[in-house]
Amino acid sequence: MTDTYLDMVNSGLGKQVAGKLGLPRPVTLRRFKAGADFPEGSVLVLGKGRAADAAAKDLLAWDLDVRRTAQDVDRVGAVVIDYTEAETPSQLGGPALELASALRKLRRGGRVITLSRPALGIGTGAASGTAANAEPLSPAVSAARQGVVGILRSVAQEMRGGVTANGVLIADGVSPDVASVTGAIRFFLSGRSAYVDGQFLTVSDDRGDAGVDWDHPVAGKIAVVTGAARGIGEQVTRTLAASGATVIPVDVPMAGDALSTLANELRVPALQLDVTDPEAGQKILDLVTARYGRLDLVVHNAGITRDKMLANMDAAKWDSVLAVNIESQLRINETLLASKDLGPAPRIVCLASTSGVAGNRGQTNYAASKAGVIGLVAATAPLIAAKGGTINAVAPGFIESDMTAKIPAARRQISRRLNSLQQGGLPVDVAQAITFLLSDAAGGINGQTLRVCGQSLVGA
Amino acid sequence: MSENTQKPNSTSTHAAGKHASNAAGPRPVVVAGNRIPFSRAGGAYANASNQDMLTAALDGLVARTGIAGERLGAVAAGAVIKHSRDFNLTRESVLGSALDAATPAYDVQMACATGMETVSSISNKIRLGQIEAGIAGGVDSSSDAPIAVSERLRHALLRLQRAKTTAEKIKAFKGLRPGDLAPSVPTSGEPRTGLSMGEHQAITALKWEITRLAQDELAAASHNNLAAAYDRGFFDDLVTPFKGLSKDNNMRPGSTVEKLGALNPVFGKKLAGEATMTAGNSTPLTDGASAVLITTDEWASDHGLTPLAEVVDSEAAAVDFVTGNEGLLMAPAYAVPRLLARQGLTLQDLDLVEIHEAFASTVLSIMKAWESPEFCKERLGLDKPLGSIDRSKLNVNGSSLATGHPFAATGGRIVASTAKELAARAKAEGKPQTALISVCAAGGQGVAMLLRSA
Repeated sequence: MTDTYLDMVNSGLGKQVAGKLGLPRPVTLRRFKAGADFPEGSVLVLGKGRAADAAAKDLLAWDLDVRRTAQDVDRVGAVVIDYTEAETPSQLGGPALELASALRKLRRGGRVITLSRPALGIGTGAASGTAANAEPLSPAVSAARQGVVGILRSVAQEMRGGVTANGVLIADGVSPDVASVTGAIRFFLSGRSAYVDGQFLTVSDDRGDAGVDWDHPVAGKIAVVTGAARGIGEQVTRTLAASGATVIPVDVPMAGDALSTLANELRVPALQLDVTDPEAGQKILDLVTARYGRLDLVVHNAGITRDKMLANMDAAKWDSVLAVNIESQLRINETLLASKDLGPAPRIVCLASTSGVAGNRGQTNYAASKAGVIGLVAATAPLIAAKGGTINAVAPGFIESDMTAKIPAARRQISRRLNSLQQGGLPVDVAQAITFLLSDAAGGINGQTLRVCGQSLVGA
Repeated sequence: MSENTQKPNSTSTHAAGKHASNAAGPRPVVVAGNRIPFSRAGGAYANASNQDMLTAALDGLVARTGIAGERLGAVAAGAVIKHSRDFNLTRESVLGSALDAATPAYDVQMACATGMETVSSISNKIRLGQIEAGIAGGVDSSSDAPIAVSERLRHALLRLQRAKTTAEKIKAFKGLRPGDLAPSVPTSGEPRTGLSMGEHQAITALKWEITRLAQDELAAASHNNLAAAYDRGFFDDLVTPFKGLSKDNNMRPGSTVEKLGALNPVFGKKLAGEATMTAGNSTPLTDGASAVLITTDEWASDHGLTPLAEVVDSEAAAVDFVTGNEGLLMAPAYAVPRLLARQGLTLQDLDLVEIHEAFASTVLSIMKAWESPEFCKERLGLDKPLGSIDRSKLNVNGSSLATGHPFAATGGRIVASTAKELAARAKAEGKPQTALISVCAAGGQGVAMLLRSA
């Protein structure tokens, strides 16, 4: 669906009027384009630690104009700040103020990326699913580390022109030059993360492969996407296919016509299957292994809403949402993890939601299921790691889709603007985040929930 | 033996004996099927053409089997009611589908047995080693039927086309009367008797003393079996939605003999006996399309597909209904014994029996004929009757009374569903399963076929 307001404030007269009245002025985001996926301008790497050096090395390998000081730079595409060695809150100011001096030179679609280590006990906050650091830590170190979270999230809110700010958290004991740190930096620089803002990704181990073809990060993988006939699922299917994977789309028999059209276009088999079928996992494995010999990637996208205020909720509405959105994922994962037909690095991405993070009026059932997904991935992470794989979730915020088109017009306009990018995301934004998490470049990222919400104020 | 006797072995072009017909060449196996839900005429598909529906059925099958862009050996399909512009219906549908445009296609027309004949034709090509994979199917629309002009108007229009001068053009319409302008709509009437199919069947039903109750019981079972099959997800990989329809809209779950018994008879009202045939125990006019992928075992394996059932053999028969010597829809009663004899089987050897429900009384008349010593002796030249069919093996997932009957699409529907059921039963029972399919057709014809779990 189109965002007419966004179009208007980016046209001649509308732009002037919005500027004069101080109205929100969302810009068209810089999205992934194969072969041209970096922000325009120099990349400034601030800090002198090992993480900064490792990042600079990666950036140079990508032929970027890397600078280690804010002086003598005109056009800045991205700023990478290394806070990994911060030991006290007093060390936070220096790099922050150096960033300040570069902000005015930051181009449209630019990026701010922090590198830091997780604080003790509290994760990164707000039930994001990021594993909390359980290692003993001095209070000053923990304060400094969590301070970075506050800086990053505030910077993200201050940015305009489609600039996003996100952070990489490198778990203690993990070297800052591991593959998935490189992968996460690359993702945050890329147009693949256009609608990811104010978020952190934790690299919890040294697995992964930074040598992937960045334009085709899932090349050669065999993938299954549920709920693939339309909306976000269809876009995930298309994006994974464009990123090199063979993707088998799955959807309920009722959606079979749209599913067939998509499958024929991608020259793959379509599977008409209700994910709540007790045999769903085995049916998926049977089809995929008969045809392709193994299964590498699964996206649990199928989901429904049956919104009602709790006072008006009935068992049918409650049960159907839980059955489709969470119970099916649990059951299918159990089958997958017991199977011998998974590839050497199986990866699963589950669809959560910001409603699962923050709750939402009229969505007790939906929020229960989506919060459940966040719990599911955290607990499944060690199980799938034992098989060489990963499981993560993405939590979309307001995404322009059939589901959000049902929201009344006025409320929809408001919901769209309540985030740092002042616009709804597109299905492709969710699809790109999923594509990254399914790539071997994200092999050290496990059990996380990544929000794709433009830093929505809801549950921030 | 009367001159009407159609003795199994004497008329067969093949030698008698077990599996005589499949001695050479690769065996043809059904690997998948697809149809669009069937819709009562004038309903969901009122604006869909035969080509639209056949293309949708093909595309659904291509998607289910993941063969987009493949070149197949042949696609055979057809329609009973066809526009003159649809002379190349199947080829045009293939061109509009996701198959490689280099896939040849041809049209077949054998009335309601069209779909069966396409399955037979594609299977034979495979058995002869001519092709490795093909699609058999059919389509019919009673909603988008062609409307013709009267013969006198048609001749006038043809004269007009030949006319060169204005005077000749005016002259072309000379002698035309207002009544000649009325359009002529296709009917299900037999050209040689003028009787509709229902009236013909009413005669047969009366002859075989088929009761109203027995017909209504069969109709109720058809609806309830179909509904149960949908409920257990049987059609999840046999049907692809089309134009907002995801199930056959003629289906009435919870049909009872009581409800069906309340309907008024529509056929045989002028006959001497009780009129027993109603809208409930006769098939309605229906729109729909079906397609079946038939391949060699090797082709299936190369494409990661699992064979469901082998197309073992088929046999066509025809009867002289014009003189009233036999009922219009009784040809399967002759085709089946010949087929069974050739394959060394009896009715009781079969694990599943599918008899197309043109009318409930058609199924019941055919089964009663096989139980009749007189019929089996006089008409089939057999020493003893073929015997009865265990009703629990009959049309187990519903048939045409419930799904409806888009003429040429019915064969593909039955073959695909039966192949799937055979595969499932063979897996559950741990031994091969055999099914008989019988479809009657206008013109006094019928086709019988044997499928065996692959």
